[in-house]
Amino acid sequence: MSTIQPEITTAPVQSKVITAEKLVAGYEDNIVWRDASFTIDRGEFVAVIGPNGAGKTTLFRLLLGLQRPTSGTIKLFDSEPKRGNPDIGYVPQRHLIDSETNVESLELVHLAFCGHKWGFHLSAKTGRKAALVALEAVGAAELAHQSLNALSGGELQRIFLAEALVSNPSLLLLDEPLANLDIRRENDLLQLVNNVVRSRAVTALLIAHNINPLLPFLDKVIYIANGKVATGRPKEVLTSEVLSALYGVHIEVLHDSRGNIAIVGIEEHHGDE
Amino acid sequence: MFQYQFMQHAFEAGTIVAIIAGIVGYFVVLRRSSFAAHALSHIGFAGAAGAVLFGVSPVYGLLLFTSVGGSMMAALSPRAAHRDVHIGTVLAFMLGIGVLFISLYTGYATEAYSILFGEILGISNSDVLLTLVAALIILSIIAVVYRPLLFASLDEDVAEAKGMPTFLLGIIFMILVAVATSIAVQVVGVLLIFSLMVTPAAIAQQLAKRPHKVVIISVAIALMATWLGLFVAFYEPYPVSFFITSIVFVLYLLVRFVYRRIRPLKVSQASFQNAA
Repeated sequence: MSTIQPEITTAPVQSKVITAEKLVAGYEDNIVWRDASFTIDRGEFVAVIGPNGAGKTTLFRLLLGLQRPTSGTIKLFDSEPKRGNPDIGYVPQRHLIDSETNVESLELVHLAFCGHKWGFHLSAKTGRKAALVALEAVGAAELAHQSLNALSGGELQRIFLAEALVSNPSLLLLDEPLANLDIRRENDLLQLVNNVVRSRAVTALLIAHNINPLLPFLDKVIYIANGKVATGRPKEVLTSEVLSALYGVHIEVLHDSRGNIAIVGIEEHHGDE
Repeated sequence: MFQYQFMQHAFEAGTIVAIIAGIVGYFVVLRRSSFAAHALSHIGFAGAAGAVLFGVSPVYGLLLFTSVGGSMMAALSPRAAHRDVHIGTVLAFMLGIGVLFISLYTGYATEAYSILFGEILGISNSDVLLTLVAALIILSIIAVVYRPLLFASLDEDVAEAKGMPTFLLGIIFMILVAVATSIAVQVVGVLLIFSLMVTPAAIAQQLAKRPHKVVIISVAIALMATWLGLFVAFYEPYPVSFFITSIVFVLYLLVRFVYRRIRPLKVSQASFQNAA
């Protein structure tokens, strides 16, 4: 089936951050999704939504240069994605931090700033200063000297965000940062990301399961399901027609009085929401 | 005490080993690789057995087997998940080779004892020299990879996304552990390797939050335990490794149960609110 293609806003060439043309992604012989064509513009806050296993992280891996497209093209800042792009700030889904990790947050953010440099360094002043600035930007300056294993889920997410911001990226990739957060912390984190996006003209792609907390902030949605991809403004993508075409079964999108969305008919496809 | 050459050698080798074990041990604890360190020391035993069989100094067998074994482990399990299975698999294979060596040779008893439990009082001048060279190699490698290794150990996925060679770093780490284990075996033996390679760093981690501080404390603990152990062993006729291990253990208990009572780890206030 061909791409579901709601209206995509045209924008001047210089402000296109991500361009995908008939993109097909997969591992070896397995195709995860196909025929993705979309454009993401500078400074947009984009949600990447879809059921488990649909291939949302795969999109990130393509952007990070950790994977090549099976076919089609994807361009990041007008060139092919390459590994180790300092212009990308990445917040992965899993971290090795656990109750044993007795390292202070400032150290982690500092390492994100200079950890890729080999060899010995005598003065860590600039690095630590940059790390403090990043922590301040996420409102976590007072957590700088606290140990990572003493932080709550919401606080940890802020540190990880600071870790991604310390290199001053133009693109933020956040993989399920809202998992394990309660509603209040979810909203806090989203406000934070939104502030970063708007104040720094940073483009952000955020993978999430539940679209509702994100709705007030979004410019675009990339919906990945059933091997297909639909991209566009939330109002255009989150419709019964588009999602039914995506899933291949009848889907209804219902709205409540406050603008929240309930997607009915995908119980077999989605996990818990 | 220092009039005796064997004591001089013992203190020289012991000091070098304690410093190296304190530093490398920090990364072992950070990467949750204590099983790998332990497995490497057993693999080293097989190598030492082979070396004796071929009439070579055991240390060379240790170095060869631990380096090969360590590289295999790193290559088989680049990600942290399921590492213990891969480690156990390599361990079993190489110990099997060790069993073969042992069955082929008849004069093992004293050699085996000193490899298993350490015979620091029997260290020769050439052993000290070899230990020093190995230590300098380790230190120069660490000087180069300290930051990338630290970052890759703390946040593997982000490090990988930044284009850092996490696979290569994993192998370098294992080689560092292999060489450090090989020289530490002289002091505490294969079976007690934890007391120098793991516990001092584990204690230090409880006491500090910044990596370079933790490393300094870890080295200090390993040095103190080694020196004290050697000092006591000069006067009492019991194995040095026993004293070192006991000192480290007591310190661990003290920090874990007494220090932590006085200064419990701070738990965030917010996490209590979340639970409500």
